[in-house]
Amino acid sequence: MITPSFKAVADHALLVEFGTMVDDDVNRTAIALDKSLATASIEGVNEVIPGMVNLLVIFDPLKTGHMKVQSAVEQLLPVDQQASDSGREHLVNVCYEDPFGPDLEAVAKACGMSTDAVINAHSASRYRVSMYGFAPGFAYLSGVPDAIQVPRKNSAVRDIAAGSVLIAGPQCLTTTLIMPTGWSIIGRTDVQVITGKPERPFLYDVGDTVRFRRVAVDELKGDVG
Amino acid sequence: MTTSRIRISHAGPYVTFQDGGRPGHMRFGVPASGPMDCTSFTAANLAIGNDRDTTCIEVSMGGLSLECLSGGLTLSVVGGQFTVDHAEHSLQSGVVVTLEKGQILNIRPGASGNWCYLAFAGQLNASTWLGKSATHALSGFGGGILATGQELAVSNSRMMRQLDGPVAAFNTRSFGKHLRVVMGPQDQHFTSEAVKNFLGSEFTLSDAYDRMGVRLKGPKLALDGSLSIPSEPVLKGSVQVAGDGVPTVLLADHQTTGGYPKIATVISADLDDFAQMRPRQKFRFQAIEPKDAIMLARMRAIELRSYYETVSR
Repeated sequence: MITPSFKAVADHALLVEFGTMVDDDVNRTAIALDKSLATASIEGVNEVIPGMVNLLVIFDPLKTGHMKVQSAVEQLLPVDQQASDSGREHLVNVCYEDPFGPDLEAVAKACGMSTDAVINAHSASRYRVSMYGFAPGFAYLSGVPDAIQVPRKNSAVRDIAAGSVLIAGPQCLTTTLIMPTGWSIIGRTDVQVITGKPERPFLYDVGDTVRFRRVAVDELKGDVG
Repeated sequence: MTTSRIRISHAGPYVTFQDGGRPGHMRFGVPASGPMDCTSFTAANLAIGNDRDTTCIEVSMGGLSLECLSGGLTLSVVGGQFTVDHAEHSLQSGVVVTLEKGQILNIRPGASGNWCYLAFAGQLNASTWLGKSATHALSGFGGGILATGQELAVSNSRMMRQLDGPVAAFNTRSFGKHLRVVMGPQDQHFTSEAVKNFLGSEFTLSDAYDRMGVRLKGPKLALDGSLSIPSEPVLKGSVQVAGDGVPTVLLADHQTTGGYPKIATVISADLDDFAQMRPRQKFRFQAIEPKDAIMLARMRAIELRSYYETVSR
């Protein structure tokens, strides 16, 4: 069991922190608490945002306060890490062909393996949606195998196409907007994380599982430019 | 019911459609967006009898000019001290006027303020995302960014000349030269000198200012050792400090998470006034306790309730 620390943020939020280093167990614990908060409906709590090692609970300062929210959160502890797994799995197409993976060779070189081995390692792994961040629909997927983990680049590359498949350290990300990025670009996907469907506007919940399927360019759906 | 048609003859940069914002989606990477100055936005709607979250146009320092092509309608302009030219009169924001077919309205920056809100009596048609017209400027999702030459439609538009005249300003400026913050959540990772400088020095808003945030000029705020924190949720009002020691105050279209440490977070009661401070204006931070921040939020809510009653029509 991991005991969190609490920190008041401004007048309307409480940071609940389970650790200070990126770690699967810590993230799972944060997600498990997120799920537990979703059903607890604590008075005055408006929104809960899971992070990598913590979660931020936003509340209405006219209705409640930091201490009250902290006590209510403490009532939900300890959480069962197993509860972080939503049981939902998504199969996502990735095309690793030219020109969609401009950094594949650099990654292969840095890891001392062939580009094909990098692709196989990436597409064989099982990923967990650990959080969303940065921009709409940017889901951070944990599970890049050790053998192909590379650090972020020193400087960002501008105007990376939507649908790019990126890796940095243990994280993988598929982009939803044209964005600058310092991550390595290894492929292109047709997945629509921003679904356009009112009943489920974002494809994943934190705690979902994502698997990738290697496809040829003509198997990608829609216009992937 | 009448529909009025309006042509945008000039739209400066960062002029956007905004409603009350789309809170509740930060867990999917979506900030609430919405008005930079929510108080002025709400007053603009209430002054012409609209529901308080009705879609408005947020006008930046870039200004806005428009012409009424058909119909005719009453409108309000509230926020900062912008100059409002209408029918050969030069007025100031904090005003309700009625625009007739063929008339031109011109809004340009005046003595102070970064943002003003143009509300139309009726429903301004704008595209929505996740049910809201608030524009997320980075993606353009929501109503979007206004462009010169664009035509707008306001359905159920109303002419209510009896409302023409001034709109009272919210006169309780929440902070003087001191922007109030609650320290943290990562203040403990800064050197004691950095914390001393943060609370003891003057800061200036830089020109690096947009709906995502504003970078400040002032003493560099050094971290106690190198620190990269795991990406964590951030808020409108977070004061994050990048590796170069330069603080940025995050605003309406902020990224939802970040890996930079936050030395402090601006209290919500001070954010609307802060958004009206222009680049090159100076201020100081003042640290307060979380319980005092809550008290100030409650006081502000009481003052706003009374202000909104005063301006409501």
